[in-house]
Amino acid sequence: MIRTRGEKIFTVVNYIFLTLLAVLMIYPFWDIVRISLSTPAEAAKLSFTLFPKEPTTAAYAQVFRNEFIWQGYGNTIIRILLGMPLQLVLMVATAYPLSKKDLPYRNVFTLVIVFTMFFTGGLIPNYLLVKSLHLDNTIWALILPGAIPTFNMLIVRNNFMSIPTSLEESAYIDGAGVVRTLWSIILPLSMPILMTVALWGLVGHWNAWFDCLLYISDPDKYVLQAILRKIIIESAPQFGDMAVMTTEDNVPSAEVVKAATIMVSTLPILVVYPFIQKYFVKGVMVGSLKG
Amino acid sequence: MLRKNHRTLLIMLIPGLLYYLIFMYLPMYGITISFKDFNIIEGINGSPWAGLKYYEMAFGSSDFWRVFKNTLIISGLKLVINFPAPIVLAILLNEVRCMRFKKVIQTVTYLPHFLSWVVLAGVISAFLSPSTGPINALITAAGGEPIYFLANKAWFRPVLVISAMWKEIGWSSIIYLAALSSVDTELYEAAMLDGAGRFKQIIHITLPSISNVIVIMLIFAVGGIVNDDFDQVFNLYTPAVYSVGDVLSTYVYRIGLEGMQYSLSTAIGLFKNVIAFVLVLGTNFIAGKISDYGLW
Repeated sequence: MIRTRGEKIFTVVNYIFLTLLAVLMIYPFWDIVRISLSTPAEAAKLSFTLFPKEPTTAAYAQVFRNEFIWQGYGNTIIRILLGMPLQLVLMVATAYPLSKKDLPYRNVFTLVIVFTMFFTGGLIPNYLLVKSLHLDNTIWALILPGAIPTFNMLIVRNNFMSIPTSLEESAYIDGAGVVRTLWSIILPLSMPILMTVALWGLVGHWNAWFDCLLYISDPDKYVLQAILRKIIIESAPQFGDMAVMTTEDNVPSAEVVKAATIMVSTLPILVVYPFIQKYFVKGVMVGSLKG
Repeated sequence: MLRKNHRTLLIMLIPGLLYYLIFMYLPMYGITISFKDFNIIEGINGSPWAGLKYYEMAFGSSDFWRVFKNTLIISGLKLVINFPAPIVLAILLNEVRCMRFKKVIQTVTYLPHFLSWVVLAGVISAFLSPSTGPINALITAAGGEPIYFLANKAWFRPVLVISAMWKEIGWSSIIYLAALSSVDTELYEAAMLDGAGRFKQIIHITLPSISNVIVIMLIFAVGGIVNDDFDQVFNLYTPAVYSVGDVLSTYVYRIGLEGMQYSLSTAIGLFKNVIAFVLVLGTNFIAGKISDYGLW
């Protein structure tokens, strides 16, 4: 490869620029780590520092004592354990028939479903529906309204359509029924894409907070993100946030507790993220292709 | 395929169709309350018709036009600034030969996409805090006065644009990276033989070869211009910046669920939905004409 001086300079500048960008993007998170480990006096100072001078885990101790956080964790985990499998089952059950080109009324069904991606009832009609079905203040209000993410379902359908039909036909000739063919031939061949949509569903349920704000009135049924919003955005004192500003070293201040709360509630996703990242990326690639 | 199999497939489809009927089409019927004097006791069917009263009320209020204007300005800024950013990032990443370095940069830049706006808003408000944030520490160290970015009318929109870029620049670059990876390497070799340097290669080979994807993504971005980012604005804004930061979706939420004006809120929601629908259909149509990109 021929390399001119200009190219060398470009390469060096490019590496420096990308490094700076990454550092800038990660720095706000690092600052939360720093604050969460600082003493209240240090966190209250307006000075640029990278590391806490006297690291302390007092704020974490306080966050761990906050029952709302654990309850929120529990509710989020229940939400995921119920919501993610339901999404998968419904997506597969809807996508598989729609992937069959000779299914009667296939185009009508597809149109009816795709239309909902572009036109919805909107906030208030959805809210009134959940209320009138008496789902409000139950976990089902967080699971049923989003039970089929249409975009993901269509990606699954497109993937089913890309499987050669000869595989299924030979199964039918051997006497296998629809369910059995789906279970033992189609699904094993679709594992990567199912993994991707399952993980999208998982992150979606983990990050969801607005439906909880809308539909859940008992604080002990709040999911983690809703508790987080109460503590770090609304600074609601009843959720265990120390709203009082203090400079005494033994009592963590509001900022430090907020930072520690962010850390405690975000750590699980930061830990698994590097390992599951490739599945997410794969989904974007597949989703961008026409089915 | 056998008739018996068709029956099984149609039965399999029932739960999904029920879901769409109940959770998608029933709320669409609920839109009728925007043409009624809705009250909870009489319900959707029992409430008396009100004609276009709530639409006249919405279009006659200055709040509505202010919010609509905010939506267009904020989306417009995001389109102009945040649309090209991931393209530039993808091109720069594509020039990186050290795969480990590339991987690290990708992992870091994709990260904010996976966090909720609740978490990100918490991080942003600590980062920009006028009393303890590192940005204001630098400003005061340089002799300036601290700025309360999130409560400052001049700064709130830039904060929305930059924080949206922070969240999505990496993730949005994936689609361009995918397009770049399929560019024929022989083109670069031929260009090199002709004496074209790195810059000329980027301008004459890289950009033209992904221009199709860029045009399509641009069309979709224009189509989504009234789909303001509710989660972002709702978690970052305060009454101090309503005049510049309040957008259609946050306004619909406040007058509907905090103000209990269900009919008015639904009317404004429908207005937004119809614009979004027309824009998406129009842009999809254009996209379909230009290439075969699209979901269906």
